[in-house]
Amino acid sequence: MRTIKAFVAMAMMLAIAACSGQQEQAAGATTTVTPGSVADFRQNVGDRVFFDTDMSNIREDGRQTLTRQAEWLKKYTNYQITIAGHCDERGTREYNLALGERRANAAKQFLVAQGIPAQRIQTISYGKERPDPVGSDEAAWARNRRAVTELQ
Amino acid sequence: MMLPRRSTILGGAALAAGAAAVPARAQLTIDMTRPTFEPVPIAIVDFAGDRVGADIANVVRNDLQNSGLFRSIPPGSFIQKDVNASAPPQFPAWRQIGAAGVVVGQVSQAGGNIKVDFRLWDVVVGNQAAGLSFTSQPANWRRLAHIIADAIYKRVTGEEGYFDTRIAYVAESGPGNARVKRIAIMDQDGANSRFITDGRTIAITPRFSPTLQEIVYMAYAEDRSPPRVYLQSVDSGRRELLGNFPGMSFAPRFSPDGTKVVMSISENGQSDIYEMDVRGRALRRLTNTPAIDTSPCYSNDGSQIVFNSDRGGSQQLYVMSAGGGGERRISFGEGRYATPVWSPRGDWIAFTKITAGAFGIGVMRPDGGGERMLASGFLVEGPTWAPNGRVLAFFRQQPSSAGRAGSVTLHQIDITGRFERQIPTAGDASDPAWSPLIPQ
Repeated sequence: MRTIKAFVAMAMMLAIAACSGQQEQAAGATTTVTPGSVADFRQNVGDRVFFDTDMSNIREDGRQTLTRQAEWLKKYTNYQITIAGHCDERGTREYNLALGERRANAAKQFLVAQGIPAQRIQTISYGKERPDPVGSDEAAWARNRRAVTELQ
Repeated sequence: MMLPRRSTILGGAALAAGAAAVPARAQLTIDMTRPTFEPVPIAIVDFAGDRVGADIANVVRNDLQNSGLFRSIPPGSFIQKDVNASAPPQFPAWRQIGAAGVVVGQVSQAGGNIKVDFRLWDVVVGNQAAGLSFTSQPANWRRLAHIIADAIYKRVTGEEGYFDTRIAYVAESGPGNARVKRIAIMDQDGANSRFITDGRTIAITPRFSPTLQEIVYMAYAEDRSPPRVYLQSVDSGRRELLGNFPGMSFAPRFSPDGTKVVMSISENGQSDIYEMDVRGRALRRLTNTPAIDTSPCYSNDGSQIVFNSDRGGSQQLYVMSAGGGGERRISFGEGRYATPVWSPRGDWIAFTKITAGAFGIGVMRPDGGGERMLASGFLVEGPTWAPNGRVLAFFRQQPSSAGRAGSVTLHQIDITGRFERQIPTAGDASDPAWSPLIPQ
């Protein structure tokens, strides 16, 4: 029993490490999540894409993530989705609300172009109101310039 | 607690004792536009007649001292201890401690109300420089003190005062990744703060109507629908959605006459500026570009709107006609320009400026000339004008570290940039919005 517990703990640590990595990646072999679940989407597909400073165009790494998202969403059609756009703290509050909206919309348009019906997708902007992670360095800001696909 | 209504302050009657029309000399006047000046040394004696008299004197001292234009002489150093509130003070005794002016006052009961008389004596000339009398409910004693401080400020600087005002702001609490943001309103000096929203959802960017009876702000919903602009009665707390659009509405601000609200509405990633008639709710589109057009603010006469837009590639300031059209860029310096606010006097536009690694608060003329930076820091944002157009408030945020949000504080600075001070709040605070003078 003791060894099995240790294995489960190890698997969870690996999953957490995969979630908090800088680039969104399919987590690979160690996951034990149910296919089609929210955890599956987050860990094996990647729920977020990142943007350059003051930009809202989808980067190459983001195209890969959104392409995987579209494939997954076509397979699991029971989910409605909300794309939440966010910004780093290096802009003014009101402008960042608009920029977050633009980022969420850019991600939405990409998914729609991949064949996801527009009516499945809502957008919302949080501007700089909901940082993740909380931090005031380049690494934190890069992680905060994001559009997160949330499943309902 | 209800805000005092219009009718609660009576009077403003002049106390015409002594020769009033003699112009004061340099020491009891100050030209705050000069590059250098010494704060005016002023002695404020505890008001006589009631226990609240000492409290009133304290509020007056703080207001004047906090303006940066006055130096309140500590009462412990006063030589004349027995000042009669209705007779001239012993001028030599006040000259000896370096006072340019002496303020004395008398509190008396008047049928359930309190009556406060005050006089400002010019120590240099040796006459009365100002004298007024006010009556109000006892609970309004702080307002009476602010009104007296305004009268002294005006007499000495020649500018309208700004002490009998309020500041709406966002009270922040909780961890950095799940901040609670509630709208609150307090007196200009930080007293009487109270919450206007309950904190269940994020509420930001409050702005007063010209009568102070309503505020507009943006708040999130409890579901995942887009955040929207709300109009709320300050006294009753009743709030209503200001137009129900499919997309996000944000960045609201009243017109100077209070009949319109200008704001941004987003659709398909595009944010444009709209004007809404507050009574009839008619909506009119003022800009239509694929760019981000936001942070609109009317000119003091209501004829123009300044806003920021990234239509030229980066965020810059533009001015257009209040009905839309005639858009022209006014900011041309290095960096990004944001959150423009037109002075109530019409002579300056204050803004937030973002350059590599730093934020600043500055002012420029409405034609874009005369740009001058007043404050800078890791993150300073959101200037708002005191009603006299000579003082600004804004917020400062410190960097986050080790996953903890940096502190956020309110500050005021005079238009020369010489004198900055923190406005006290119980906790973290951002998004200040300075009210007009409270109607008397």
